[in-house]
Amino acid sequence: MRKIKELIIEKSLFSSALITIAITVGIVSVLAVETIRFFSEVSIIDFFTDTQWTPLFTEKHFGILPLLSGTLITSFIAIAVALPIGLSISIYLSEYAPKSFRKTVKPLLELLAAVPTVVYGFFALIVVTPFLQQIYPNLSGFNSLSAGIVMGIMIIPYVSSLSEDALHAVPKSLREASFGMGATKLQTAFKVMVPAASSGIIVSIILAISRAIGETMIVAIAAGQQPRLTLDPTVPIETITAYIVQVSLGDVQHGSLEYRTIFAAGITLFVFTFLLNTLSYRIRKKYQEKYE
Amino acid sequence: MIFKMKKIITIIAIAFIFGACGEKKENKTSENSNELTGTIKIDGSSTVFPVSEAVAEEFRTAQPKVKVTIGVSGTGGGFKKFSRGETNISNASRPIKDKEKKACEENSIKYLELEVAYDGLAVLVNPANDWVDSFTVEELKKIWEPAAQGKIMKWNQIRPEWPNEEIHLFGPGVASGTYDYFTEAIVGKSGSSRGDFTASEDDHVLVQGIAGDKYSLGFFGLAYYAENKDKLTLIGVHNGTEIVKPSLETVKNGTYTPLSRPLFIYVNSTSVTSSEVVEFVNFYIDNAGELSKDVGYIPLPDEKYKSQKDSFKTFVESNK
Repeated sequence: MRKIKELIIEKSLFSSALITIAITVGIVSVLAVETIRFFSEVSIIDFFTDTQWTPLFTEKHFGILPLLSGTLITSFIAIAVALPIGLSISIYLSEYAPKSFRKTVKPLLELLAAVPTVVYGFFALIVVTPFLQQIYPNLSGFNSLSAGIVMGIMIIPYVSSLSEDALHAVPKSLREASFGMGATKLQTAFKVMVPAASSGIIVSIILAISRAIGETMIVAIAAGQQPRLTLDPTVPIETITAYIVQVSLGDVQHGSLEYRTIFAAGITLFVFTFLLNTLSYRIRKKYQEKYE
Repeated sequence: MIFKMKKIITIIAIAFIFGACGEKKENKTSENSNELTGTIKIDGSSTVFPVSEAVAEEFRTAQPKVKVTIGVSGTGGGFKKFSRGETNISNASRPIKDKEKKACEENSIKYLELEVAYDGLAVLVNPANDWVDSFTVEELKKIWEPAAQGKIMKWNQIRPEWPNEEIHLFGPGVASGTYDYFTEAIVGKSGSSRGDFTASEDDHVLVQGIAGDKYSLGFFGLAYYAENKDKLTLIGVHNGTEIVKPSLETVKNGTYTPLSRPLFIYVNSTSVTSSEVVEFVNFYIDNAGELSKDVGYIPLPDEKYKSQKDSFKTFVESNK
């Protein structure tokens, strides 16, 4: 009887693991099949070299570059905001802040990640953009700058929390040795602790980038819906995710070429996040045991 | 065994209670002898849909037993079903085409065309825009036609005295009837425009976009402008003889062309033998003026509703 019970438990645990894998495989294969169909009609060279993306209009162009540039510019702005702030927070919390302060502030910071992204989106559109327009009047109502900044705020906890964990995991002996050599607190933090925790910090940054690339609501609401190959952060752009939302909400006919564009766009996105996740996994694995 | 008995008794009791309830309800409704039943099938334009929907909703309070279903296959798709006799009423944002007329004839379907309201498109810029006072149709075409894609990017390409700044375009998405209509009226071919503009099915997005951008230009249904008067500037369009801004008057008297149009419903002759359809259409004509204003369109002059009610009456008489 007991053996059977054990067996049932084991099998059910195994099957839940199997289901997750099956779902992943399913998603990837659906993406792949639709993408192959898409590329049977659209040349893959055009897809990567054409500078226009207008699959829904009369002059059809299928260049992913405008969408990709939109995704990259918003992600870049987000990281430019989140990296210095997140890293400063993590260094302060692990090196300077009293323990009790750290215990209360860290969960509060993580709350930032719990705010629904649609709220962030409207925050960017109706608070941040008008504020930036006072400084820079030529800023468009939809722009990648405010979407990127707000996205950066959203991913601060990813950077700060994971980096702080990494800094915290550095053996005490290193810090003590540094102090013993007569280093100041600042020197210890930046010359000993940060390099020692660098793998964890890099992983946190990569995860934050991958989160930024996949972010949808904020950019769909605040960055505009106009695919445009540009690095100018003040004009409306469209990201890959925002395009997918736009097409799936409109009434594009299922099975048409226009419909398949979202799978081609989706797989581009998937490749990016997959590469980033693999990279972070590799880094974590390689440096994990360094100090143990 | 006892358990089973109990169960059966409970079931019977429940059945009895429900049965009693049902009977009561029936008694109540049969008191009202004026009530009509049946289903009215409507399909067609998504532009006319809000009016028909509003009418159907009001009609529900008057005749709760009549079911009204409204589809949105687009004007063309609606006529296809209408010509096969699958629908009673067809919503249309343009008059019936010869091809569709023929299809109706082939299936010996006679119909009556009724105008229900006007629809107008508004061309809008940011209130901080102090250089544009009007557009000609040619200028709008130059901005929006497919050939403009990637080429007409600055204001001074339209008129040299306008600023050397990038023009940011906003318009409804390709799925909307408004987009079809604008492209047909301006570019000349429905569904044909440049692709590098902010296209959204959500009018709020367009309002936000134009209101927040000094160098913006956009268009959408006139109704939506009425709700956002303070945030946007309405631009007049040259109709060939003069510059006209869209308003209740200019749309009604037909001077705001080509960006205003009448909206129609079509009723077929076989449907008007059933009294619920007759009742519904009469109700439609009576209330279209008020309700079209509510959903953002422009009502026809009162005399026009009256004359259409008369022509519907003769249509019903002749098909009895």
